[in-house]
Amino acid sequence: MRSIQQNLAKFNEVGIRPVAISVDSPEASRELCQKAGYTFTFLSDPNLQAITKYDLVHKGQGEGGRDIARPAEFLIDSSGIVRWRMLTENYWVRARPEQVLEAARLLR
Amino acid sequence: MKRINWQLWLGFLLSVLAFLSYPLVFVNWASTRDFPWANLVLFALAALLVFMGIRRAFAPDRRRLSKIVASVVATLSVLIIAMFIFVAFVASRWLPASTAAPQVSQKAPDFSLTDTSNKTVSLTELISQPINGQPPKGALLVFYRGYW
Repeated sequence: MRSIQQNLAKFNEVGIRPVAISVDSPEASRELCQKAGYTFTFLSDPNLQAITKYDLVHKGQGEGGRDIARPAEFLIDSSGIVRWRMLTENYWVRARPEQVLEAARLLR
Repeated sequence: MKRINWQLWLGFLLSVLAFLSYPLVFVNWASTRDFPWANLVLFALAALLVFMGIRRAFAPDRRRLSKIVASVVATLSVLIIAMFIFVAFVASRWLPASTAAPQVSQKAPDFSLTDTSNKTVSLTELISQPINGQPPKGALLVFYRGYW
C-alpha cells in the first residue's frame, strides 16, 4: 500500500487507477487512509462479493475467525480484461510497483 | 566477583530485537520484506552471542546457577529464532490455491463495492472514469488481508 502511494503519480501518468480491496468496513479503511496518508481508492468487501468472484477467500484467517482475502494483484485493462496478475505463494512477498508499472506500460 | 555473562544476555536481547524488527522496521521496504535477510543476519549474530554465552557459563569456574540460567535463556532464544523461521517460511505459505482466480487474457468479473465515503463503485466505473482528465488505461486491483 505504502509503495503504491509513493508511486501514485507514476500510476496516474500511465493511466492506471490503483484500487485496494479488503473485508474492512469503509470506516476502518477511512481510518487507515487518514493515518497512513493514502489517497487512492479503498473498497470494502465485507460480504466477500468480489473476493469470492476472484477466488481469493482465505477462510477463518481474519479477526475472530473471519474470512478474509488472500493477497493478490490484478491489472485490468479498460476493456475489462486481466492483463497481468500476481498470486503470491507467500504473503510476505508482494508485487513491487516496478513490476506493475512495467506491465502497465504494455497496455494501450 | 559477579561477572555478568554479557554475551548471553546480549544474544538473547538481539534475538528479540531480530524478531520484532521485521513487523516494526523491515516490512517497510520490499528488499527486506520479501526475503527477511536482515532479520536472518541479526538472528545469526544473536545465535553466535548466545553460543559464546553458553560456553562461558559452562566454564569450570562458573557456578551451577549460571549454567541453569544460561540454558533457559539459550532455549528461549532458540525458540524465538525457530518461531520466526516458522512464520516466515512455513505459515506465510498457507494460502488458498485460488485455482479459479481470473487468469491473464480472461475477462475480470465485475463487482460493486463501497468506497471510504460510502459511495458504490463498480469495476466498470474504475476502468472508465478519467484519471486527471485522461481516459484510463486500466485499474490495478490490490486485494489485501485488512486490519493493518
